[in-house]
Amino acid sequence: MNIIEVSNLSAFYESRQVFKNLDFVVKEGDYLCIIGENGSGKTTLMKILLGLGIKHTGTIKLTGFTKREIGWLPQKTQHQKDFPASVKEVVMSGFDGPGFFGFKYSRHQKDLAKKNMKLLDIEGIAEKSFSELSGGQQQKVLLCRALCAAKKVLLLDEAVTGLDDTSSDELYSLIKKLNNQGLAIVMITHDTKRALADAKHILSLSENAHFYGKVTDFNMQSKGGVE
Amino acid sequence: MNFLMQILSYPFAQRAIIVGVLLSVSAALLGVNLVLKRFSMLGDGLSHVSFGAAAVGLACGIAPLQFSIPIVIIAAFLLLRLKQNSKINGDAATAIVSSSALAIGIIVASLTTGMNTDISNYMFGSILALGKTEVVIATISGVIIIVVYTAFYQKIFSCTFDEDFAAVTGVNVKLYNSITAILTAVTVVIGMRIMGALLISSIITFPALSSMRICKHYKCTVIAAAIISVISFLLGILVSFAFDIPTGAAVVVINLVAFLILSLIGRVKQI
Repeated sequence: MNIIEVSNLSAFYESRQVFKNLDFVVKEGDYLCIIGENGSGKTTLMKILLGLGIKHTGTIKLTGFTKREIGWLPQKTQHQKDFPASVKEVVMSGFDGPGFFGFKYSRHQKDLAKKNMKLLDIEGIAEKSFSELSGGQQQKVLLCRALCAAKKVLLLDEAVTGLDDTSSDELYSLIKKLNNQGLAIVMITHDTKRALADAKHILSLSENAHFYGKVTDFNMQSKGGVE
Repeated sequence: MNFLMQILSYPFAQRAIIVGVLLSVSAALLGVNLVLKRFSMLGDGLSHVSFGAAAVGLACGIAPLQFSIPIVIIAAFLLLRLKQNSKINGDAATAIVSSSALAIGIIVASLTTGMNTDISNYMFGSILALGKTEVVIATISGVIIIVVYTAFYQKIFSCTFDEDFAAVTGVNVKLYNSITAILTAVTVVIGMRIMGALLISSIITFPALSSMRICKHYKCTVIAAAIISVISFLLGILVSFAFDIPTGAAVVVINLVAFLILSLIGRVKQI
């Protein structure tokens, strides 16, 4: 079943067209890697999917979940470096917070957070300060936060940038594990080699022609093409 | 003890303590968010705008407080907006706005009333200047800030930690930023009466920075900031009575001492 259907999507950033006529789908339990040069609109596409106010035309259809139930691992931002917050506080912020005067999270949410922390093996550092963790551990915490928000799909934006090999391998295998458990993965990456190893589908953005299809077809095309 | 009772027997001192404690808590809560979002200078910029508005208000014979509040709220919105989509950098904009407002205030004051005690009180603060209106407004805004903060605590955390992510999970980020702007504006205007336009921003930034020396969790940071803020204010007011010095300056110096002590403790804890 298709959980995300994108058709004829064009995006604009400050009146410049970023990409046009994009068509692709994400199936239940899919693993889609989005690749492309810098400026080809990978992050813009993700922001459109998340509904973060990017001008666009075309249609996006989500089935079985809403925009708010997408788990998102953003590109790292600067200001989090000295932020006083525990790992647990960061993870819990993945939930759409409780409503008016709903001071505390529900038991269900607490249990889910615990389960997710166990899954990503960050249970032991729950009370540690987020800003004092290594880059790899911080990414795992943010992945866990995304997991708390995710109903069917995780969107990952350059998840391993700036991590050493060991940490990136660990993160990739965690993502693979989550995918095997049935969660659909949509990942932006620079690391084409790695992307091709784990992904089921590839979306390659470029100015002239986009490619969307199975990884095997992508390999065939790039071998038979210019390269 | 006698000294304490003596202070508390003055109605103006009672008013100062009520307003001051509410103000300290509000400023500390807002301060944590402003410092973490890199808006530390917002309080400073707004205090100068508030001074300018109060001077104009005095000159035109409009109650300075009622005149300042809406103007400072507008300024707060403008400055926060500039930060978001800026060709001019946020803190450069704050610097321009604050010095311009101060300059206008000084010109208006010297052309009309002259640089009298009223003007000086707005600059450096005076607990004698607090009237019933200030007590009422400070109480209302203090209660609103504390209620909003506790009611939407998780959402405020989420917004402060990662605005985009919060927006994706369904938090109305714009609404929270607007609420922050309004509450900061009101806190600055009321605070200016006690602390003075030149000193008010310190009670917004100091408690947050002090508590961040020793706290690694957000909840701890917020609670500690509020406690540090209230204790510093109360000690400050005692010191100001004991040595007959201006309250605002005394509170700032106590805050500085608290910051230095907590920095030291933070350092020692790390080793």
